[in-house]
Parts: sequence; C-alpha cells; structure tokens
Amino acid sequence: MSEFNLLDPFQFLTIPLGDWVESILNYLVQNFREFFRAIRWPIDQVLEFSEAILQSIPPLIGIILSSLLGWQLAGKKMGVFCAITLFSLGLIGVWSESMTTLSLVLTSLFFCVVFGVPLGILSARSDRVERIVRPLLDAMQTLPAFVYLVPVVMLFGIGNVPGVLVTIIFALPPLVRLTNLGIRQVPEDKIEAARAFGCTPKQMLMKVQLPLAMPTIMAGVNQTLMLSLSMVVIASMISVGGLGQMVLRGIGRLDMGLATVGGAGLVLLAIFLDRLTQAMGERSDTSNTLHWYETGPVGFFVRGYRSMQTR
Amino acid sequence: MTDSTNILSIRNVYKVFGDQPDTAMQMLRNGESKDQIFDKTGQTVGVFDASFTVKKGEIFVIMGLSGSGKSTMVRLLNRLIEPTAGTIELNGKDITALGDADLLDVRRKEMSMVFQSFALMPHMSVMENAAFGLEISGIERHERERRALEALEQVGLGEHGSSFPHQLSGGMQQRVGLARALANDPTILLMDEAFSALDPLIRYEMQGELIRLQKEQERTIIFISHDLDEAIRIGDRIAIMEGGRIIQVGTPKEIMSNPADEYVETFFKGVDVSKFLKAGDIACKESGCTIRINGAVQPFDPANSQFGYLLDGQDKLQGIVPLNEVDASDSVDALLSRQVKQHQSIYSDDMIKDVIKKVANASYPVPVIARNGRFCGVISKDLLLQTMSHS
Repeated sequence: MSEFNLLDPFQFLTIPLGDWVESILNYLVQNFREFFRAIRWPIDQVLEFSEAILQSIPPLIGIILSSLLGWQLAGKKMGVFCAITLFSLGLIGVWSESMTTLSLVLTSLFFCVVFGVPLGILSARSDRVERIVRPLLDAMQTLPAFVYLVPVVMLFGIGNVPGVLVTIIFALPPLVRLTNLGIRQVPEDKIEAARAFGCTPKQMLMKVQLPLAMPTIMAGVNQTLMLSLSMVVIASMISVGGLGQMVLRGIGRLDMGLATVGGAGLVLLAIFLDRLTQAMGERSDTSNTLHWYETGPVGFFVRGYRSMQTR
Repeated sequence: MTDSTNILSIRNVYKVFGDQPDTAMQMLRNGESKDQIFDKTGQTVGVFDASFTVKKGEIFVIMGLSGSGKSTMVRLLNRLIEPTAGTIELNGKDITALGDADLLDVRRKEMSMVFQSFALMPHMSVMENAAFGLEISGIERHERERRALEALEQVGLGEHGSSFPHQLSGGMQQRVGLARALANDPTILLMDEAFSALDPLIRYEMQGELIRLQKEQERTIIFISHDLDEAIRIGDRIAIMEGGRIIQVGTPKEIMSNPADEYVETFFKGVDVSKFLKAGDIACKESGCTIRINGAVQPFDPANSQFGYLLDGQDKLQGIVPLNEVDASDSVDALLSRQVKQHQSIYSDDMIKDVIKKVANASYPVPVIARNGRFCGVISKDLLLQTMSHS
C-alpha cells in the first residue's frame, strides 16, 4: 500500500475535485448569494404571469380555447383531440395541478427558446462556437439531475423558480442542437441564390435560414417540452408544485392511487403538448399550400366575412 | 442586334482553390502546370488566365464539359467565388475591387442569376419568390409585387402567383427562377446551366422563350452550358473552356470554320451545322450561271450548269431558265418566256435546317436572296449534302 505502484498510480495521484467543487460552491454561496437571487427575478415574473393566466381561466373556457388552437394549427381532428385530452385531465381531478405544471413547462420553454435558439444560430455560424458548446450540452444532458439539484438549492433556495432553472438546464440541449442542425442543413443552392441576389448576413438568417430550418427547430421545441415534462417530477423534490408533486407524494406515502393519477395527468399533458407542437412543426413545413388565415376557425370566419362582402 | 460596346471585360482572371493561393499563383507565374501545382501543394487551379469581353446585348455562352471551370467562371463574375487574381470590369468599374456594400449593390441591381437547380425558396409563394431580389433590395411591398407580377407575366406565369414552387413542374419552376432574375431588371443576366435539369422538350421550349425575351429586351446574358446544340442555338458568341482555360471565343461559325485546336475540333465534330449556318453562309455564286438582262442579254457562259439565273441591273432575280432551252442569241423576252414557273427562293438569313425541304423539292438549285432583294447565289442539292456532311 505504501509503495508507489506504477501500474496503479492513482493510489497517490488524485485530484480532489470534490473538495474543489465544495469550496467553490461555499465561496459562491457566501459571497454571491444576492447575485443568484437576482437571477430568480425574471424567471419569477414569467412564471407568476403564466400561472396567473392559466389558473384564472375557467376549465371549460380553457378547453374550448385550446381546441380552437388545435383546430387552427392542425385541423378539426386535432381540435377534437385537444378537447378530449384536456377534458380527461379535468375528469381525473387534476386540472389545477396540470395548469401549475403547464405554467412551469411553458416558462422553462420560454427561457429555453430565448437562450437556445440564439445559441443554436451562433453555433451554426461558427464551428469554433459549436466545438465549445457541444461538450457543454453533452454535460447538461448526461449529468444526473440530482447532482445539480443540491447546488441549485444552495444558491437559489427551494420552490418553483429553482425548479424551472433545473428544468431549463435539462431541457435546453435538444433545442440548441436542432437549431444548429436545422440551419446547417439548409440546402447550399438556396444559400447561394440568396447571396447572388445580394442578401446581407442578417437577411440571409431571417428570410432564408430560419424559415427553412423551422421544421427542425420546431422538432427541437417539441423535444424541449417533453424533457421539461419529464423533469417536473424530479424537480418536485425541491418543492415544485403541480403534477410532479402529486406523484412524489403518492410514492412517499405508498399511495398508488395518488401517484397514478398524477402520472396519468402528466401523460395526458405530454400527449397534448406533443401533438400540438408536432402539428406546428408540420405547419412550418414546406408542403402546405394555404395561408394560415385560410384554415381552421380563423379561415372559417375569414370565409364567412368574404362571402358577406361579396353578397 | 449587338452593338460593339463592351459591357463586361474580364482580364487575366485566376481562381485557385485551397489554403495557399499565393504559393500557387507564384508557381503559375513560373510557368508550372496545374497538375504540378496540385501534386506539390494540393491547390486546385479552377480558372486559369481567363480573358474575354462580353458585348452589350449579346447572349454569350460559356461552354465546356463538367470540370472545365465554367460554373466557377460565372461565379467569379458576381464574386460568389472570390477571384484570386485578375480584374473584372463592368461598364468600366472594377468589380474585384469593390467593398462589401458596393458588391451587394452590384448583385442587387446589375447582375441576377438563374440556377441549374432552380434554387427557389420552398416557403415562399411564386409571387414572393419572384419578388425575392426586390425584397432584399428593400423595395416596398406594393411596388415589388407589381414588378414581380410583370416579370411573371413575361415568362407566362402571371396566373400562378399564389402557388408554391413544389406545386409546379420543373419547367415552370425554372420560369419562376427566370422571373426572379428578370424582376430585378439587371444589366446582366447570369444563367448557370439554367436549362440543363429540364427534359429535352421543355429545354427546347425554354430556349425558344429565352430567344423571344432577348428579342424584346436585348439584355446581356451570360449563359453557361455543357450542351453544344444549346450553345449554338441561343449563343451569339461562344467561349469554349477546358481544364480551367478559355480556349477559344467566337461566333459558332468562326469556331466551326477555324477551330483553335484539336479539342475544339473534336468537340464540334458531329454538330448539326444546319442549326446555325444560314443560307447566305453557304450560297454559292459559281455553281449557277448568272445571265444579265439589263437592256439586252449580256454574253454568258453556260459552263456545266443546267439553269441560268436572270438578273437585272440591280442584281435582282428576274427568273430562272433551263439552259438547254435557250442560247446566247435569244432576246430578253424570249428568255423570260421560257423561265421556270413560280420558282422558289430562299432568304439569305434563313437557317439551313429550315430550307432543306425547299432545296430537296426543287428541280433546280434554289436561289438565295438577301432581304434587300439582291441575288446572293444558289444552293444545290450537292452543296447542301456536302455542308451537312461536314463532320
């Protein structure tokens, strides 16, 4: 043991990574607590705002509005589908919890889009940025959530806001990756044509690259939503409310009924969000031929208005 | 059709692909070949010392097989690819020296491009695609839609503005590509193998369309092609490229009758000369016996021809007579009374391919007449066959 063994040098040769992290964290907590509190603020605002809206809408109105949205985005079938999933949510008695979870998920989606899409664009533009960003994304996706749950609590406290924060960390990578991929996959001839007609880099991005990458970016949004939903249960360990809380409580009390109801609620919500964002992705696909205002309920009213005018 | 002012002059333009263009340029100056440079430095010479001028209002075809550097050449003109050396002057302004803003301006106003792959934006309607260049230039919506519609009407797609590209056939898509380029009202239209992806029938139709548009507008068009028939059909002048070099520039007839080297010669072998030679180019004065009839019948030499062509003082054709029925002592009236009834004639600017039937059906060598009525010569069946069997 006391002898140095060349074949197993790590008896002596180790770096105290754990100690380092701990002392850095302690230092941060002691000196920068206010700074981390300040980060809470914007997240808090968005979260409160979305939750206030979602909770204040009566369930029936909420169901009708989202069915209309589904109809607008993907046709009548989708509208009916939205109505059924949301109605079931109400039926199993988790409407309020679902809305809390939905507001959490939407808030994290909002910040993921705000940071993820520009980051994706940057890494599509520069190989160097991509080389730096990629391992970070790998770490964010593979690091077990429990590892950063504790530091986040130390820095930000408990509650819904740090919950959104860990959800962002977990759900951000696919959006960055798919934005990057979507822009890089825009066919070279379209880029060349746009250059030949005198596009500035900004025009190229806004008029050619982003619109053509939109289906891929929407797939990223879809993935981000799904990951956010799956993170909600883990985040409930740091006292995040909603459906995740139900599941956690059910498991803790061995109340399988409660856990199952929470789980079923999550699944219904996931299906609802997944279909809706997929439909949005297909809309932004190139194969549709009608303008958005010519379809769905809006199209219904537009047609009605037009026929009234011609009469 | 073309006046002689040069709109574009390209002088000693080189393009080296790779990370050490300076080394490669130095080696080129020392007279080393492309292959030597590639072996030593890994640099590819795409275009090698290209110099030519394009005249205002002509269709200038750059022609070569794949890998000859023709697509690189056309992209050097609007600097989609940066030239390594040389100057490109558009109306006396050196494009290679322009800053970013001026270059964008040239691309927006002076040169528009049509692509082999159409390169339409799938998320935009036909109208938005046609207005794309104008939108980029910051022209307001109403104005750009008016101009885009005009361009679409020029190519016969005025009705399809609200369709999307994927709903159209290949030929129609390329019409949209053409309309997009025309809407900018560019000084020069660059067409990179614009019709190569279309099936032969549509390609022929589009070539006709381009010729028609060119008659109306007299734009300067630089057309890239690998198809010799296409080059000959639409091109006023042709530049032949091989291995990054421009080997020869000239009208189809000039290149045909005087190929610069063996490559050009083999290239033009088997080409259908009837498609670009005109009747006036081959009409022969010697083979027909001309008889002057100003006042009295001038002495003539029947030689070994069977028909005599009666010309008045202004070289205008009055009639054709079979020589075996007349002799030198006949009067003018006697000659005129024996002439072939309702004889055929050909205009000197008719394409050979369009006169084959007339020559074949006539019992005499068919006279060729200039548009001003002067007699240019005759085309006999023998002469026609000899011309056609050129290769």
